[in-house]
Amino acid sequence: MARAVSRNTRIGWTIAAWFVALLIFFPILYAIITSFKTEQEAIAGFDLIPSFTLESYREVQSQFNYFRPFMNSVVIALGSTVLALIVAVPAAWAMAFSPTKRTKDILMWMLSTKMMPAVAVLVPIYLIFLKTGLMDTRIGLVLVLMLMNLPIVVWMLYTYFREIPGEILEAARMDGATLGQEIVHVLTPMAVPGIASTLLLNVILAWNESFWTIQLTTTNAAPLSAFIASFSSPQGLFWAKLSAASVMAIAPILIMGWFSQKQLVRGLTFGAVK
Amino acid sequence: MGSITLKNVRKAFGDVEVIPGVDLNINEGEFVVFVGPSGCGKSTLLRLIAGLEDVTSGTIEIDGSDVTDAGPAKRGLAMVFQSYALYPHMSVKKNIAFPLKMAKMPEAEQEKRVAHAAKILNLDSYLERKPGQLSGGQRQRVAIGRAIVREPAAFLFDEPLSNLDAALRVNMRVEISELHNNLKTTMIYVTHDQVEAMTMADKIVVLRAGHVEQVGSPMELYAKPANKFVAGFIGSPNMNFIEGEGAAKHGAHTIGVRPEHWSLSTSEGEFPGTVGVAEHLGSDTFLHIDLDNGTHVIARAEGEFAVHHGDRIFLTPQEGRIYKFGKDGLAA
Repeated sequence: MARAVSRNTRIGWTIAAWFVALLIFFPILYAIITSFKTEQEAIAGFDLIPSFTLESYREVQSQFNYFRPFMNSVVIALGSTVLALIVAVPAAWAMAFSPTKRTKDILMWMLSTKMMPAVAVLVPIYLIFLKTGLMDTRIGLVLVLMLMNLPIVVWMLYTYFREIPGEILEAARMDGATLGQEIVHVLTPMAVPGIASTLLLNVILAWNESFWTIQLTTTNAAPLSAFIASFSSPQGLFWAKLSAASVMAIAPILIMGWFSQKQLVRGLTFGAVK
Repeated sequence: MGSITLKNVRKAFGDVEVIPGVDLNINEGEFVVFVGPSGCGKSTLLRLIAGLEDVTSGTIEIDGSDVTDAGPAKRGLAMVFQSYALYPHMSVKKNIAFPLKMAKMPEAEQEKRVAHAAKILNLDSYLERKPGQLSGGQRQRVAIGRAIVREPAAFLFDEPLSNLDAALRVNMRVEISELHNNLKTTMIYVTHDQVEAMTMADKIVVLRAGHVEQVGSPMELYAKPANKFVAGFIGSPNMNFIEGEGAAKHGAHTIGVRPEHWSLSTSEGEFPGTVGVAEHLGSDTFLHIDLDNGTHVIARAEGEFAVHHGDRIFLTPQEGRIYKFGKDGLAA
């Protein structure tokens, strides 16, 4: 490091960083702690030491089948992501490697759709779903979430593809590669890290999405986000059970995120520093 | 194999005309250097020959057949890029073999050719490495290797040495010249460095703003530049130009004298002046001189020439070494 940082300053910053990290993580931590409490303990007040009972988990599993919403989440998150990639990869290729005068405008327009509050299109989409029989179906949610995340997927891939030097593609052309060979042997292998981080981020976004999943499902296609929501109202305030359900809902994505954090950070900060 | 003919080749990007019309003959086995200041269209011209850009009008022929509308792969040319453009996810071996794989050559033949190229370029011990694990010079060799294995009709080099440090650049310059002597394949080499042009070329094409200013051997360009631009571009340090009275005495609008063509004296001579900066290199001394007529010139003296800042000095052009130019800048 070029700057001389005193030992005390370093210790101070480390403590501050840990404090901020804990502050951000605390709600999740408290949900985990609460999930191991009895209902009486949960409403008793602030307490960081639970009695480590699994009662809430057992009840959640016995009253509601966890497996179904879990599978719905998996299908919806993966399905919408794969579908989005299939649409976005050719779109991003085209915009990155043969841009026109209007490419930037198209990208801005795509992004601008994300600026609109989702509730603004709730009624039309709700009606379309009713008429077409997509209400409370996995395929309906796959389609909606794919469309919601498509602008971000196109943007991420576009930024990533832009980093691939054009000269390498020209070299492949000089070396006798056809367009197909160029994509298979040169472009795709070079873009794999970018496609992977886009895929990961999109799975997380789709997994956590709760506006459309709650509005457009009842029981059949309800994923984990709707599963959590269903605990808050009809049952009254059962904090321990609600926490247990939440932990069960976020655990898979947390574990996935933990194992892929390197890839994710690279994807999210890509292009920021060259 | 390997003659290239350009007939009235024009290139415009939208309304901007980059190459207004070039006619050029490149003979089989020649080492041709396109040289000119940045933005003169030399790289564009190379890319037109490569097929990476489409011509706006005109025709390009390789070995007598019209390739104007043929894709890059169909022209049988190999190109070495400034950034090397290696495939980062492939080993050196796979990089070099890539054009052969694209041509669906039998594996045994591929292996043979890669091994041969690796031997020529001293890459034997690096074949399994990825480009990221190589130095700049080694990457450049891999890029050349990838070009060699195809046995192309001609090699195209687009400023291949500009990313290397000075010492390595001199080495690679010699290596590429040797490669040309061994392969005897046509090579077209683009550079903005007139030293590279002078040392490597059989034929230099000097370009300015898309126009061919002059075509000739290095010594022809040095001895008989067609105009002031070529005269000033070829030779290092640049030629000195003197206008006005000093030039009129020699019957020209402008006279040009190369730094190495002055007779220097501390007592008498045609152009009196004052020494500014004196660069003593041991082998040569470069003097920056402000002439009394207001012109700034550079003079080269062989070996050590003991003058210092502020000393009076007199310059006389050597007999028969004066380049004369008319008002239009053309050689008179």
